[in-house]
Amino acid sequence: MRPEAVAAMLPFLSESFANPSGGHRAARAAKTALEQAREVVAGALGAAPGEVIFTAGGTEADNLGIEGSGRAARAAGLGDGVVTCAFEHKAVLAACHRLEREGFRVQRVPATRGGLVELDALADALDDETVVVSVMLVNNEVGTVQPFDRVAEVVEAHAPRAVLHTDAVQAVPWLDVATAAARARLVSVSAHKFGGPKGTGALVARSGVALQPLLEGGGQERDLRAGTVNVAGAVAMATALQITTERRSVEVARVARLRDRLLDGLSESVDGLFENGDHAHKVAGSCHVGIRGIEAEMLLVALDQAGLCAAAGSSCASGATEPSHVLAAMGLPRPDAMSSIRLSLGFASTDADVDAALELVPAAIGTLRRSQAATR
Amino acid sequence: MKVLVAMSGGVDSSVAAALLLEAGHEVTGVTLRLWGGETDSGCCSVADVEDARRVAAQLGVAHYVFNLSAEFEEAVVEPYATAYASGSTPNPCVECNRSIKFGQLLARSEALGFDSLATGHHARVLHDDDGIMRLRRGVDARKDQSYVLYMLGQQELSRTMLPIGEITKAEVREHAARLGLRTATKAESMDVCFVRREDRRDFVDARMSPRPGPVVDTSGRVLAEHAGVAGFTVGQRRGLGVAVGAPRYVVAVDAGSATVTVGTRADLACDHVVVRDVCWAASPPPPDMCLAVQTRAHGTTGFGWIDGDVVRLREPMTRVASGQVVALYDGDVLVGGGIAD
Repeated sequence: MRPEAVAAMLPFLSESFANPSGGHRAARAAKTALEQAREVVAGALGAAPGEVIFTAGGTEADNLGIEGSGRAARAAGLGDGVVTCAFEHKAVLAACHRLEREGFRVQRVPATRGGLVELDALADALDDETVVVSVMLVNNEVGTVQPFDRVAEVVEAHAPRAVLHTDAVQAVPWLDVATAAARARLVSVSAHKFGGPKGTGALVARSGVALQPLLEGGGQERDLRAGTVNVAGAVAMATALQITTERRSVEVARVARLRDRLLDGLSESVDGLFENGDHAHKVAGSCHVGIRGIEAEMLLVALDQAGLCAAAGSSCASGATEPSHVLAAMGLPRPDAMSSIRLSLGFASTDADVDAALELVPAAIGTLRRSQAATR
Repeated sequence: MKVLVAMSGGVDSSVAAALLLEAGHEVTGVTLRLWGGETDSGCCSVADVEDARRVAAQLGVAHYVFNLSAEFEEAVVEPYATAYASGSTPNPCVECNRSIKFGQLLARSEALGFDSLATGHHARVLHDDDGIMRLRRGVDARKDQSYVLYMLGQQELSRTMLPIGEITKAEVREHAARLGLRTATKAESMDVCFVRREDRRDFVDARMSPRPGPVVDTSGRVLAEHAGVAGFTVGQRRGLGVAVGAPRYVVAVDAGSATVTVGTRADLACDHVVVRDVCWAASPPPPDMCLAVQTRAHGTTGFGWIDGDVVRLREPMTRVASGQVVALYDGDVLVGGGIAD
């Protein structure tokens, strides 16, 4: 977390612990802090404060945006079509799958080999009865920025009734979401992706978008998300988002330089290395590479033993590495997908981290290759 | 030594990791994700992986999860269904030990620079004075698992540690209690990990469409009809769907003609077993060496000797279902074995 965000949330875990929904003095202080946080989040995301719904993270925001708008639209008799992309985050795919079980028609559009949504296929999937379209802003595994304005044009032309949702969880550190997602009616973000606490997020629902809540009870968040609001989380998220927005251009340039040094260094020192996702469309912090003949799962253990944390695919509840559905949707052959790893960089990454990675990764690959050659 | 311990989340492998750590080894835990579908009844549910991870954390050792589900499907589950559908009675734990634990995992441990792979099996690796490694029964005879490790050769044995075979199950539980391991009182898994015993038939039928056929006696007379050969095992007495006076047993299953043959206990007798996938821990025994024959998880059934790919029996014994392990022992040392053809 960003230290400023930690400092911002601490008072709301100790002296200012009141429930913002109360009527007394302490409650008013909490309520003021919550509404200030809402204004900051709204400003950074290009929304009005009344359009921000605080959630317990990106997954809830995705679920609420897609299921909530889909059910409301069908109840209003607008249609039953849902369209998304096959390489979306599981939180989006699961929400679409839930709607499918409820009888909605769900279509999943393929991605290009470079990691972008197929616009022609998207157009083909849309019709007058399409009520929800969900296309992410930045892919969470390969880091490709989607052509979102083009997506919006296609949706407006072919599915006039559809509400366009975007999962912007991965985008906030790298893009001005207020601009990039200006044409989305629903936008999901998650605080821990930009230096805020885990378990905190928000859904922007532009005015006029009908939503059915997932959680019902005390009527918080304009009856759209019941449950006592996590004031400390909201305040910390706002602080982190404000700092991220202020420093974005400087940090993006710095991280891009680090990432390019890492990628160039690995390309030079490792045989059979290939990059996943079209480089020209990737965000600054994404370094997603495959190494021919190396099993990612083995490389991750070797790197962890050497003190370097990396990831592959997406982790399931048991901690095992599952074959990546993102790489599969991009049409990557399974052996290439199984030998791909993610070395993510962020605002906390340093030149020393890149130096360490440039030493440890080639060394680990060399060791694995030597032992493979010895066993053969 | 740098030891990779295969931790299932159960008490035996938890204590194996703890004992190796206490003995001064550099221990790393690994849990295999092999299945985890809705039919998971054993070792790779999320809860079991979590148990293994928590025990590793308690011991202060690193822990990883390897996803070998594709390899498990190919080497264990698919052959299991095919074997039942073709009228034999496979032992999937044996194939998992052969291809997954002492195949894929052992190779991975070597590639990652580990000196040894350890598991929680009740069996002992014996380093003999002649430089040869042998597999010995576990100290606790009732828990001995050397039978399902019949395939281990010198190469595997030289890189394998089986600390649990040196103690009894009661001692395993005492160690777990002493160390406060969360798995100390965990129940033992009894079923095959990817399917419960009572669901086996449905599991096989879902993968291999069953073909109905006749149940006949040894003279070929049709006694009944059955829905598919996967429901029958040589030696089986219950659930045959035939009503004749004396007890009847399955004496043969022929998948080609979908015929199940039943007979009396005497019809089950045999004086030899043809085996395949023969493995010897060291070198093959001399042809005249009399060895104890074991055809089920616990308890020997007689004596015999190896003659090419045939185990000749000193006295007739009950026929062994195709697919079962025939293990040969010299005292409590496993000499080797094969799979009944």
